[in-house]
Amino acid sequence: MKEFDFDFMSKRQIALGLSLVLLSVSIGSFFVQGMNLGLDFTGGSLVEIGFESEIETELVRDHLVDAGFENGTVQYFGSNRDLLIRVPPTIGQEGAQLSDQIYSSILEGFPGASLRQASFVGPAVGDELAEDGGLALLAALIVVMIYILFRFTKLFSIGAVTALAHDVVIVLGVFSFFQWTFDLTVLAALLAVIGYSLNDTIVVSDRIRENFRRLAKRSALDTVNKSLNQTLGRTLVTSLTTLFVLVSLLIFGGEVIRGFASALTIGVVIGTYSSIYVAASVLLGLGIKREDLLVPETEEVVL
Amino acid sequence: MNEYQSGSAPLLGVGGSSGPINSFRGWQYFLIFFVLALGSIYAAPNLFQPDPALEVRAVSSSSMDAGGIKSSVENLRESGEISGVKKIEITDDSVVIRMNDNESQLRAKDAVENRLNAVEQTVVIALARARTTPDWLSSLGGVPMNLGLDLFGGAHFLLQVNMDDYLDGVVNSASEAMRDALIEKRIRFIPGRNWLSDKTISIPFRSEELRDSAIEALTDFSEYSLEEQERGGEFYLVYGLTEDRVAELEDRAIDQNLTSLRNRVNELGVSEPQVQRLGRSRIVVDLPGIQDSARAKEILNKFANLEFRLEALPNSRRSQIESYDYEGIPREILSRNIVTGNNVQDAQQAYDPETGQPQVNIQLDNDGGRRMNAVTKDNVGRSMAILFIEQKPRVRKKNVEGNIVEEFYSVEEKRLISVATIQSALGFNFRITGLDLREAQDLALLLRAGALAAPMYIVEERTVGAQLGDENIRSGWYSVIGGFLCVLLFMVFYYKWFGLAANFALTMNLVLLVSIMSVLGATLTLPGIAGIVLTVGMAVDANVLIFSRIREELKERSPQKAIQAGFDRALLTITDANVTTFFVAIILLSIGSGPVKGFAVTLAVGIVTSMFSSILVTRALVNLIYGNRNLQALTI
Repeated sequence: MKEFDFDFMSKRQIALGLSLVLLSVSIGSFFVQGMNLGLDFTGGSLVEIGFESEIETELVRDHLVDAGFENGTVQYFGSNRDLLIRVPPTIGQEGAQLSDQIYSSILEGFPGASLRQASFVGPAVGDELAEDGGLALLAALIVVMIYILFRFTKLFSIGAVTALAHDVVIVLGVFSFFQWTFDLTVLAALLAVIGYSLNDTIVVSDRIRENFRRLAKRSALDTVNKSLNQTLGRTLVTSLTTLFVLVSLLIFGGEVIRGFASALTIGVVIGTYSSIYVAASVLLGLGIKREDLLVPETEEVVL
Repeated sequence: MNEYQSGSAPLLGVGGSSGPINSFRGWQYFLIFFVLALGSIYAAPNLFQPDPALEVRAVSSSSMDAGGIKSSVENLRESGEISGVKKIEITDDSVVIRMNDNESQLRAKDAVENRLNAVEQTVVIALARARTTPDWLSSLGGVPMNLGLDLFGGAHFLLQVNMDDYLDGVVNSASEAMRDALIEKRIRFIPGRNWLSDKTISIPFRSEELRDSAIEALTDFSEYSLEEQERGGEFYLVYGLTEDRVAELEDRAIDQNLTSLRNRVNELGVSEPQVQRLGRSRIVVDLPGIQDSARAKEILNKFANLEFRLEALPNSRRSQIESYDYEGIPREILSRNIVTGNNVQDAQQAYDPETGQPQVNIQLDNDGGRRMNAVTKDNVGRSMAILFIEQKPRVRKKNVEGNIVEEFYSVEEKRLISVATIQSALGFNFRITGLDLREAQDLALLLRAGALAAPMYIVEERTVGAQLGDENIRSGWYSVIGGFLCVLLFMVFYYKWFGLAANFALTMNLVLLVSIMSVLGATLTLPGIAGIVLTVGMAVDANVLIFSRIREELKERSPQKAIQAGFDRALLTITDANVTTFFVAIILLSIGSGPVKGFAVTLAVGIVTSMFSSILVTRALVNLIYGNRNLQALTI
């Protein structure tokens, strides 16, 4: 097996710069364009229709306008025989009937079109889903912070949570920047990213703690560098195998799962980077010392 | 250097000075083998593809039974009208016809429909997928995983019960009953006042004595909170709903709605419908494999009822008369009804034998029949009208303290569907004509199923067509297989023999995951499959951690000691990392709905199985390969 001996930490200023750029672009995009929220959060109706042959979106849009659905959006979904039609929440009638009306209107103009899926989310339900989702994200971060606080120390906890927040913000930023649809499955992916990134960070932190105890004479910077190199093989292999399956999902998983797979793929890449640079840099930046690690020894494992 | 010491849990840290290093005891291997065998058995039912099938069930009122259905179907089969039948089975109250392929399934459905429902509806036919689990597996309790709607195709509805309307209705009829009771006992209240405001009933009296006697007279209403008030020289009794009472009424309304919904969906032709309460005022309806979701929607939240009323006479009091158009002519009818749809015991759509027009045959319950008879026998020659009342759900936006919120309300539509002269005293059975076929079918269904206690609105719908469902299954499994193979190849390439051990563990992880999901009765969704894929990718992590550690330890120790130290030292790291991911999965599980839940379940179960397989199974294999041997070098 290869021995790694990179001087990661000397380049942490560059990494800091990179992170700051990514974060500011993410947050900037978030405030300028916002998120392209999916039906789950905005409410409204959505119909996916499969046509027998390739179809122009303009044609269908015009047909829908003629039929009285002025404010619908029409876009391709996966292939140019599949169209996704989305209509915002409407007033004065029950929204659940809308998808049927759209489909029957399409059927009049394009016989042979088939209804592949239809969704309706009432505005109240959309608000609840958004609220629950935000809460879940927050709860996940807090629970993780408490767990690390309990298992490691305050410094590690701050490092880990900074890394997590970093990853979440950047994944959100990418979705905002490219205006990809952010729906419930993407939210689930985001929570999985938290789980994954944490996994990485803990493995690295575990090693840093162990080395601080074993290698008392080394400087903090050296110790962190050595720990990162020792875990680098594992970090790369795990990221690689996870990326294998994610790419498989991206290729075979189809349109429905695309957002989920994209969010996780970005998350895994960013998570790998952040466990090397963000969490460890925060530790060094906060001035971690050997003494910090000697107090809360809760479980005697290996010495 | 300190001597490494083992001594954690016996299964994990076997070795030390007493026994041979890197070897499990026999019973330990056996236990692991036993778990894996058990997992394989309970995962096995998922290997058997279900048969496309028809599930045919007699409607409650028809004289048809399962035996009759079976012989009709066999008849059809002999005459060659349906082909491709694999097997015909009788279950509790229905007949399951297993077919060879989807195409003959659809053709057979039409054939059975034409044979058994041509004159009147006698059966409900559902497209189903019949399990093909072998008997020996079923007898061990082996069941395949349930497929979610995104994989099976079907419709999911979330219905909001409008409790406000319902409670208003309850308070309103209570106030009517109070008024009747006071009039009957000749207790004078101040006339011409509106008693109702915001779900309370305020009855005004001129004196305290009258009010006190009213309290006596209204003891029947003790479930309401009672307050005495005095305003402007008038004495009030104020009845209100207590919180307990509201909760009780809500439960009752939901229960009745659930019952009615279950009756309704049973007639929709869905093989395993689910109707469940969710939270305080919502109901979830899942209709796997439903063909016509638009029809389902129409039937689900239809709030319709019938009232039978006498036509007004010239000397009837104006205040008791309502006027409706019937065939273009305004007709005056009494506002009091004789019986309502709630008194209907059974209703069937049929055709008038003389005119061939659709009609609904109705049978009343005891109470309704008696009342109908008592009223009609004194009114022969007078007209009786049937009023059809439908609540149509509507949504409007409302500004509440600066926030736009949606508000549900109902539009009540009343129309006369029949006005006919009473020829003789009516009893328990009679018929309604003057409807078109669709109206007659719907009316019969709604009367049979029972009215909803409170109106409902669809607040969420997810419908997935059968074709998309099939595509989702296919793409899901392709991604699992694709990802899985990549990982397997990589592991062998990178870790050689240890990689093979890890691959075996990974395969077992998949088997255990599927078996636990099956036994738990969990539902597999597309995000669930994504969760499985992710588990495969991440489960390797534990092995990677262990193997990297062994490689490091090899620099300082003998191979056998390095293996042991590698496993033991990696354990805590693995536990730490998995526990936190498990927390995240639990959080997802508690907040998530539908698709997110499916993902969370696989993630949570996957963490448990991957810890077992990557730590214990890999260890067992490595021990079997390397244990008790004199190793000079180790390839890893």
